[in-house]
This record gives sequence, structure tokens and C-alpha cells, in this order.
Amino acid sequence: MAKTPNADEQTVAVSARGLVKSFGDIHAVRAIDLEVQAGEIFGFLGPNGAGKSTTISMLCTLLTPTAGTAQVAGFDVVHQRDDVRRHIGLVFQDQTLDGYLTAQMNLRLHGELYGVPSSVLHDRIERILNMVGLWDRRKSKVNTFSGGMRRRLEIGRGLLHSPRVLFLDEPTVGLDPQTRASIWSYIRELKATEDITMFMTTHYMDEAEYCDRIAIIDDGRIIALDTPEALKASVGKDRIRITTDDGTEAIRLLDERFDIEATISEHELTFSVERGEHFVPRLFTELPVSIRSVSVARPTLDDVFMAYTGRTIRDAEASTSEFSKQMMKARMGPRR
Amino acid sequence: MTTTVEPSAPARPTRRVTAVRVPNRTTGGEFRVIKIVFYRELIRFLNDRIRIVTALVQPFLFLFVLGSGLGALVNLGPGLSLRTFFYPGILGMSVLMTAMMAAASVVWDREYGFLREMLVAPVRRGSLVLGKCLGGAVIAGFEGVVVIAIAGLVEVPYNPLLMIEVFGIQLLLAFTICAFGMMMASRIQQMQSFMALNMLMVMPMYFLSGSMFPSRDLPTWLTVLNRADPLTYAVDPLRRLVFDHLHVSAAIRAKLDAGVSWDGWHVPTLLEVGVVGAMGLIMLSIAIFAFSRSE
Repeated sequence: MAKTPNADEQTVAVSARGLVKSFGDIHAVRAIDLEVQAGEIFGFLGPNGAGKSTTISMLCTLLTPTAGTAQVAGFDVVHQRDDVRRHIGLVFQDQTLDGYLTAQMNLRLHGELYGVPSSVLHDRIERILNMVGLWDRRKSKVNTFSGGMRRRLEIGRGLLHSPRVLFLDEPTVGLDPQTRASIWSYIRELKATEDITMFMTTHYMDEAEYCDRIAIIDDGRIIALDTPEALKASVGKDRIRITTDDGTEAIRLLDERFDIEATISEHELTFSVERGEHFVPRLFTELPVSIRSVSVARPTLDDVFMAYTGRTIRDAEASTSEFSKQMMKARMGPRR
Repeated sequence: MTTTVEPSAPARPTRRVTAVRVPNRTTGGEFRVIKIVFYRELIRFLNDRIRIVTALVQPFLFLFVLGSGLGALVNLGPGLSLRTFFYPGILGMSVLMTAMMAAASVVWDREYGFLREMLVAPVRRGSLVLGKCLGGAVIAGFEGVVVIAIAGLVEVPYNPLLMIEVFGIQLLLAFTICAFGMMMASRIQQMQSFMALNMLMVMPMYFLSGSMFPSRDLPTWLTVLNRADPLTYAVDPLRRLVFDHLHVSAAIRAKLDAGVSWDGWHVPTLLEVGVVGAMGLIMLSIAIFAFSRSE
């Protein structure tokens, strides 16, 4: 396994101290601190508009931080931009392939831009195309590729120049569940074969589980940072969801009789208790509101998000969508 | 689907090229960047056959429809048709059109995201802009060759030296127009906006350049605009070259091929060519500066 740390090698791949980015009055990122170890798959989890892409853009030197410092692969993102860029691979949220060129040509272009020595470029392209399972299609124009194939090609392209850190901004957004799963198994396999650190953002809770560690980000701040298991363990309690005839009354009664604080979201009441399966029978006998459905679940990252923010990630996205629209305006579409 | 190579893929023995090392920025590296960006422009152009044809429609309309139609009304003198008079301007116009379209491709690149791939690479923005301009210039030059090839249809002789000289000026003009287009494109996000601006610039540039009338004895406002138009300094030498190979009387030539003057001073041909080149370099610098600042 290439992950084995080498004594001489740097063990910190990405570090940030007090990273801030504001667009006028809009504070997209408010003081982020983090450290990613070499060889890790590090996930940035949060609703759209939470500041994930802005943070990743700063780490990739695409945006200059308003305040704070960050190092990637040992280089400063502000003062050693080129060095950082030479040592990172980027897979953007929007596709950045040239659809009119063949898969092979797209890779060649990338290799030449990044100065991959001509003597090894051809072999390296062949290896990458085999790795992402597109060798047979190397002479096809990228326009003829499916979304999943394009993603694979972009990930392969990001790896062509052997970066130390691969940044993936929402690598599976807009893909169907099957393709998402295949991209993920591919990413995990990559970690086993390439000596690389991966830093990714996602707003899919289930995907964050694949990461070695995740940072939950909301409203421009990291609110929790740990392994998925530790985060789930920190929530501890089981999560119970019920639907009732009278949600407001149920909330009041839960508070009054069980001293439980419940939240309502989309007509569904959610609350956490220890030993949920033992609590449910009591609920039926002691709650005088008729209950239509009940579900008990072990904590998930959704619950972690809920526990730390008091909202589900979907609620958070609904409330921040206006904010992100504003932010996009302030940024004048840097993604283009 | 699994992540391993599909079974259908031949089990090729791949040499394991791990950990390629990306060298620091070097002059050679930048040259490679210019080359590959240039090469990409050519591939894209050759794959786009419609563009190759459509770019020439407008110049040919002007030359054959307007030239022939108006030619019936205008008598320039014995041995000289209006089409022949228009021809040097059309040599310039074909380049103007295609070079602008080549520059427009950077807006496409931006819209389809590929520009980002280039802009994040650890290379000088200047190399990217220069590669694109050179590519665009060669493409426009190719299109210009088509117009050179039809010389016989407008009673201009096929003289090798004339053709080479004309091609040289066309290439230089194409480069300048590409730089101009890139300068505009550096701040434009959408293709529609670029096309609108393109229409707003290209036709006035053509009309003001003296392609359809001599640049002498114009009203003052028109003289000022004419002298500020880069195309003027390409069309005038082109016209001189073409007229050198025509059999027309000195009187007609003095009237129709009078040259360009600055405040009464006749601008020599070489200086005109120099003006085209200098304008190109200035606009290229502005374009590079604009792209270096944008993310």
C-alpha cells in the first residue's frame, strides 16, 4: 500500500489556519482551521452554499484568501501559487474537458501544460486510460462520452501529472446513483494504488461515509471534524422519526412528559433518545396524539449534522440557496 | 460496473509509469505550452468544416454580389472593374472575419469550462494567449489563401511573388485581429455577447478601412476614424501590391491607390505594415494582462 508513511516525506498534505474569504458583505468562509494527513481521504461535508467550494478554491490557489494562511503539499497557497498548482490535481464541479477532442488528446494537452516530460507522457497517458477503463475509447471524442465516463476521464486527467493532493469538488454531483457508486469504488481503489491525498467536497451524506475523516461545514465554519465513526458515536443516541396527526401538539407533549426536544421538518418529528427500541412502546401508551408512523435509526451523518446545527442538510440548503445565489453574483461566476 | 478495466479491454502490458515529476517553469516548458495550444486550435478548426465554409460567405458576398451589382453603376476606368478594386479589401476582410471567429473560441472555451483547465495550469498566461493568437492567425491565414486562389476571377494575375507578399500581410493582419479579439474576449463571459460585439466591431472596421473607397479626400470625421482602424494599414499595402500587377493608367492609380497620409505626410508601405504589427503587439499585451489578472 502506497500510503505507508515515509520518514522523509511530509505527513501533512494540507493545512489551513484561520482561512477567511469574504465577498463584500458576504462572509463565505469564516476562519477555517484544518490539517489533512498525507494519504488521507478527507471530506468536506455541508449544504450547498456552506463555503465548501470557496474553501477548496482557496486551497487550489484559484481564490486569494481575505485572511489566514494555507499550505498545500508544503507550499503556501498565496506566495507559491505555481508550486501548489504543480503538485495538485483538480477535478471541478463543472466539467472542464474539451468535448471536441479525443480522450487521449485531452490528456496529452494536460500533460503538455503541466510539463510532464515528453519521454514518459505517452506511457503515462496509456496507464491512466487503462486505470480509468477508457483505453478502448481513447480515440473517441469526449462529446460522445456519458457523464460517468467524463468524470472518470477528468479524475484520470487530474492524476496525470502525479499530484500529491487531488482536489475533487463534488465529484459525483449530477450523476445517477449507479455511476456515483462506481466513481466511489474507483476513488477508493485509487487510494490503494496511488500515493495520494484526496480532498473532496460533497453534500451527499452517504458519500461522506467513505472518507477517512470529514469536516462538517455550515455557514462558513467547521462545526465538527473527525472520522465518520467518531462523529456518529458522538451523537450517541438513536434517532426516532414519527409522523402524527398534530405535530405541534406532539412537540409540546414530548417536551412536557418526556423532557424531549423534538424538531419538525416536512411534517416529520425527529428526536433523539437512548435505546430507541425500548422507548417506542412507551411512546404509544403515553403520548395522547395519534401516531401514523414510526422509525428508529442508528445515528447517521445526517443526525450528526442535525445534532450540530439543529437542521437537516436539506433544510440548510433551502435556507442558504438565496445566500449562494447572492454569493455567485458577488463572485461574478469565477467557475467559468 | 467495477473500477477495474473492463474485461473487453485487451490486457495490455502497461509499463508502470508512476510518479512523473513535473519540472519547474522553464522557457522550454512555456514553448511547449504555446505549441500545444496552437496545435489544439488547428485540430479544432480542421474538425469544424462548417466554420471553414461559412467564414468565407460574407467576403464572397461583398466581392461578387456587391462588387458585380454596383459595378454596373460605377465606371472606374478602362481595364478596371469594381470587383478588382474591392479585391484587396476582401483579402483583408476574409482574414478579419476568420480571425475574430478564432478569437471567439476563447469565449466558447470559457462557457464550456475548458478555459479553466488551461488557466489553472502552472504556466504563464502569456503562453496560453500567444498560442491561441498564433493558432488563430494561421487558421485565418488558411482562409485567406482561398481568397488569394480566386484572384483570376477578378482579373488579378497569379504572380507567385504577389501571392507570397499578400499572404504575409494577411498572416500579420490575422495575428493583430486575433490579439484584438482576445483582448475583447478576456472580459466577456457569454458567446452571445461576443457575437454582438463582433458584429458591432467587424463591419465598421471593414467599412472604415478604405476597403470600398480610397482613403483620400474624405470628410475629416471619416479620415480620423479611417486612420485609427488597423485594417486600413493592411488594406492599403494589399491594394498597392495588387495594383502593381494590374495594367491601369497612372491617372486611375493616383486616384484609386493614393495611399494613406498622416496630416499630409504619405505613410510608406513598410511603416504601414509596421503599424499593423505594432497594434497587434500592443493589443496582445493588453490581452495577456487581462487574462493574467482574471482567474
